[in-house]
Formats: sequence, C-alpha cells, structure tokens
Amino acid sequence: MHRFLKTLAVGAVALTAMAVEPAHAFCGFFVAKGDAKLFNEASKVVMVRDQDRTVITMVNDFQGNVKDFAMVIPAPTILKREQIHVTENAIVEHLDAYTAPRLVEYFDPNPCAVRRRLETLALQSAPAAEDAAVGAGLAKKLGVKIEAEYTVGEYDILILSAKESDGLATWLTQNNYRIPEGAGPVLGSYIKQGMKFFVARVNLEEHAKSGNTFLRPLQIAFESEKFMLPIRLGTLNAKGKQDLLLWTLTRKGRVETANYRTVRMPTGNEIPTYVKDEFGPAYKAIYGEAVTKEGGAAVMLEYAWDMGWCDPCAADPLSARELRQLGVFWVKPDQQQGSGQRIAPQAQDVFVTRLHARYDAESFPEDLRLMETGDRQNFQGRYVMRHPWKGEAQCPAAEEYRASLPARFEREAQTLASLTGWSIDEIRAQMKEAGTDPGDGGDDDWWKAIWKD
Amino acid sequence: MIESIRTFRADPRHGQITALSCLILLGMSLFAFEMPWWRPFTALVTALMTQGLFSAVLGLRFDWRSPTITALSLTLLLRTDGPELVALAAALAISSKAILRIDGRHFINPAAFAIVITVLAFDGAWVSPGQWGVEGWAVVFAAGAGLAVTYGAHRLEVPLLFLAAWAVLSFGRALWLGDPLSIPLHQMGSGALVVFAFFMISDPMTAPWHGTARAAWIAVAAIAGFALQTTWVVTAGPLFGLVAVCWLVPILNRLFPSARHHWRPSLPISQKKEQLHA
Repeated sequence: MHRFLKTLAVGAVALTAMAVEPAHAFCGFFVAKGDAKLFNEASKVVMVRDQDRTVITMVNDFQGNVKDFAMVIPAPTILKREQIHVTENAIVEHLDAYTAPRLVEYFDPNPCAVRRRLETLALQSAPAAEDAAVGAGLAKKLGVKIEAEYTVGEYDILILSAKESDGLATWLTQNNYRIPEGAGPVLGSYIKQGMKFFVARVNLEEHAKSGNTFLRPLQIAFESEKFMLPIRLGTLNAKGKQDLLLWTLTRKGRVETANYRTVRMPTGNEIPTYVKDEFGPAYKAIYGEAVTKEGGAAVMLEYAWDMGWCDPCAADPLSARELRQLGVFWVKPDQQQGSGQRIAPQAQDVFVTRLHARYDAESFPEDLRLMETGDRQNFQGRYVMRHPWKGEAQCPAAEEYRASLPARFEREAQTLASLTGWSIDEIRAQMKEAGTDPGDGGDDDWWKAIWKD
Repeated sequence: MIESIRTFRADPRHGQITALSCLILLGMSLFAFEMPWWRPFTALVTALMTQGLFSAVLGLRFDWRSPTITALSLTLLLRTDGPELVALAAALAISSKAILRIDGRHFINPAAFAIVITVLAFDGAWVSPGQWGVEGWAVVFAAGAGLAVTYGAHRLEVPLLFLAAWAVLSFGRALWLGDPLSIPLHQMGSGALVVFAFFMISDPMTAPWHGTARAAWIAVAAIAGFALQTTWVVTAGPLFGLVAVCWLVPILNRLFPSARHHWRPSLPISQKKEQLHA
C-alpha cells in the first residue's frame, strides 16, 4: 500500500495524499466558545527570523495512522542533525491563543450614577492540532542523493538532494510515496532554485516510546537570505482554498508579504451582544468577508504586538523558555518575562506577527515572499460588545439612555451585517430574541421625532 | 481659463504632480494604504525648504515643481515609523540633486536614492511593495495616470521598455524553472512594479539623454533590479536596481552626447542651446 506523502513547503501546508483518509483535521482555535471546527484544514507555521538566521516550526496536523504518514519539505540548505528538532504542540497553541482575535465585553454603567465603570473581559480560546508522519525507502541512480539520515524525536529524517524533478518524483514513487499530480514541475522549480528536500516519517518505535498519540511539531533551523514560505506544493491537490496561519517572531517589527497585499483585519467594531455565544462562526464570517473584499488575494494581518505584553490579553505572553523552544535564539533562557502577569513590564525584544492567508493556486500562484518592516505599532483583531445597563435607574438621564439604545442596537446590527455579510434581518431577529431589539432604531422616518415635544 | 490650461500643459511636471497627488489621495481612501497625514506634510515641507536653502546658497532660481514631485514620490513609496525619517529622506533627496552632480547635472534619481539610503541605514524605514496589490484598481489607475504623464513628458518609451525588459526576465525565468505562466503574470501585475516604471525610472532628468543609450540603460536597470529581487531577495528590487546603475548615466551621456532634456519644450531655441550638453 502506498504511504501517505505529505509535502510541506518549508513550513507550510500540506500536499496531502489524495483519497483515503483526510489528512487534515484540526480543531478550532481562536475565539471564545466558537465552533471547534473553525478554519479546519488550516496549517500552522511559526517562523523566527533575525538577519538570515531562520527557525521554522511546522505543526503537524496529521490525523491518520502514523505509519502511513510522510512529508516532504523543501529547505534551502542541507540540514545537519542538530538543525532539526521537535517541540511541543502546547507552545504553538499558546502562541495561537495569545494572538487570537478577541471579543471584548464592556458593561454600560448605571446611567444615573456619576461614577463610570468599565469592565473588560478578553475572550479567547485555543484548541488543538496534532499528529504526523511516516514513510520512505532508498534508491539511487535517479539523481537523488540521500545526504543524511537522522532520527529526531519520533521522526526518521532523510535529507535528499536531487538533480532533477523527474528523478525525485520517480524516487518518491518507487519508495511508495503517493505524490499528487503536478508535483513534478513544482519540485523541479525548487531544485533549480537550489532547494534541498527532506522527508520525515514516523519512527514507530520512538513514537511508541514517547507515549504520545499525536505527532509533535517539527522544527528546522538554517541560514538563508531568502525570507519566504513556499506554499505552492500545498496547493496541488487541495480541495479548494485552504487556510494558513503564519506567526513570525522577529526583532525589528511587523512582518508583511512583499508580493501580496497584507491587509489589517477590521478591528474595534461594536457588534451585538448575542454574538458572545457564537463568536467562532462570527469571526469566521468576518474573516471570509474581509478576504472577499480584497478579491481573495490578500494576506490578512490578525495580530502584531510586542511579545512583552498584551491588552487585553487573550492569553499571557509566551515565556522566555517557550520562545527559545520556538527558536528565538536571541532571548536568554533565564530572562525574566511576563508569564502570569496581565501586562508584563518588560520588553522581550520579540515582535510577533500573526498572518492568516486563505489560498489556492489561482489566488496565490507564487510562494509568499516575506519582509520585516520597522513598524512596531501594536495591532489586534478586537471586537467589542457593549452590554446595556439592565439595573434600576430612575432619572431623566436614564430615560434618555434607554431611548438611545435602539439606535445603538441598530448600528451594531448594521456593523455585524457589513462585517460578516449576514442578513441584517436575521441579525435583528437574533438581537430581539436576546433582548437587544433595535426596534425602529433603524427607522428612517426622521420626521417623527421633530414635533414630539 | 484657457490660459491656465496652457500653463498647466506647458510643463509635464504639472501632470505628474496631479497624478501623484491623486494616487496618494486614492491610496489614503479607497486602497487603504497606511498613510498618516504627517507623511505628505513632512515630505513636502522638508523638500521645499531644502530646495529653498540650496537656491539661496547657490543663487539658483527656486522652482517648486521638482521638489514637490520628489516629496510626493517619497510619500507614496517610503514607509517610516515616524516623521523624522521622512524629513531626513526628503532632505537627502533634494541635497543629492544639488551635491551629486557630474558635468553640471544631477544623475541620481533623488527619490530612489533617498529611499535606498534611508531603508539601508535605519530599521524604522522600509518600502511596502505589496501595498499596491496585484492587478487591482490601484494598479489600473497608476498605469493609466502614468501613461498620460509619461506621454506628456515624451518619455512613454521608458516605462514601456522597462516593463518589457522585466517581462522578458520574468517569463524567461518561469520557462527555465518550469513554472506555470500564472507566476510571471502575477509578477507583472504587481502595482509596485507599475508605479516604479511610470513614476520613478521615467524621470527624464536622471536617464541618459541619447535614445539608444537610454534603452540599453533601462535594460541594465531591469536586469539589476530583477537579479536583486530574485537572487538576493531584496524586496524592492527595481528601486535598488535603479540606484545601482545610476552611475552609468553620466558615462553614457559623455559617450553618447545628445540634447539634454527640458521640462518645457516651449522654451526659446536660444535658451535651449545654451544648455546643450557637451
């Protein structure tokens, strides 16, 4: 039986083998109480970069039988044993949670009270994604050279260099890898650009020893002038568009794509309170709508922040230890940092960017060329709920306050409709059910108010 | 009214200023570029003041048009985290025009020079080639406005030659790599490339004056930019490529003497002759 071939582009997404079982299965991340299947088929990649030193962490979301799994990853250099590492899923999950788009609650104060009080609550989430790899063999004469073989964690790694794509494709096929149609030319393009390949599969013995039921993220560290993420292999046999979540940890500032537009997600919008229980689907719709507005050809910026702190925090900033695990080599392991604190007092010299792309071969024909900017301005995808005052309030101000509510609810309904593309009538109906009825707040009969007095 | 239209048309720089201003306004509104108000403000004020200073010191006539164009180009292309670096870039650009001269003429594109120096020297300065997107309305508008402006300046062949050279390189590389045509097409649709071709390299003052020499120089600039972008992964390849080959301009102007460019072709012949080069 053919083994699964999962081809990751340095870090990115899968060229999962067709048929059999779906290789992607990935629980929702982000977002409070959201649908757990939010953005399934998303690949998660973390890139650490300073000058030309790069560390890439690839989350392995393979859900099938580990013995059927293998992945081919193009890498810019031939990697030594020490340049490959495995880490814990929990760290990437923490990074995911820390940078997740968030829903913030505010409670209207008693309109009669002089003192005003705001209470905020950051919502977040962070589910899981796991699993991984196996499979390869040997052969030569095809211009394919096995440069090295290592066992790292639960993975057996083969480092390959190839002279031409046909040879590599044949070698892979001969070794029972099922490669998707069209992989040959893409492999050939990478070979001509001087890329090497490595095949990772699961060492069953080591895997059993580890006691894990999932596969841990693979990491590679190398030096390359190229700051890019190959995504082309991942588009070959994907069914429709797929999601990529890319985090970068850098020193200077925010990272963006040089050959695609990078666009900030809408943020700071006030949306109806009923969304609290379905922020997952709502954010998914907001993301989809934002991508559509950009013609499907933009990478969305979801978070850009100094790793030292957050406000509001969806999760604590990563600890120095976690950062080092992800490959942030310039952070000292014993460095004090803000874990456990809402707002850490100390700068980490690490800037995190969270980019989210939804791509296929048509909308993203080229690999992502990345660049670090000098922009250290903080940005977060943040959506606001304002709960109206529900307590007792007897004063002229309270009357005014209550009269102003339907118009505010209507504004919130329209904001949500425009952000998500959902039907405004449905939103109004939901709001009514939730006790925030826009009523005739959307009423355009402005003249009714003129002679009221 | 007719008089003012005539004045406007007498100098192609008026058209260029209009086109650049429209691009900035559209960028701020429709295309959602990050464009804080201080960027155009600082660029304009510094560029005009620097020009004024050099005019006073060197006893030259003050002309607001060229520094305005330089300031607007900086506004469009240079990203910084604060106004200081914009001011520095604008001052650098105008100073380069006054100081870096060979045979009495400046030969480095002032905006390109200032951007490259600022980006190389400071972490807080960068170029965002991705902001224009690919094949969108921003690109269409930039190309349309650019066509009108370069046509008015009798330099339409410069952007077209540059884009043609880039296309040969881009499609050639794709053929060599066995890449699908969607990749070079995507590269050619880049708004950053279009803006560079129509609003940067097309500056008639900093390109060789002789037609054939100019065509060859454009090809070399394209090759340099393309190599930088693909091999050395410089994000704004064309811009760096242009600065890398600007020193060829005075050499080519000596080897291939030709009438120097005038912004106002309607100047009396006698005045033109005085300024003939070599």
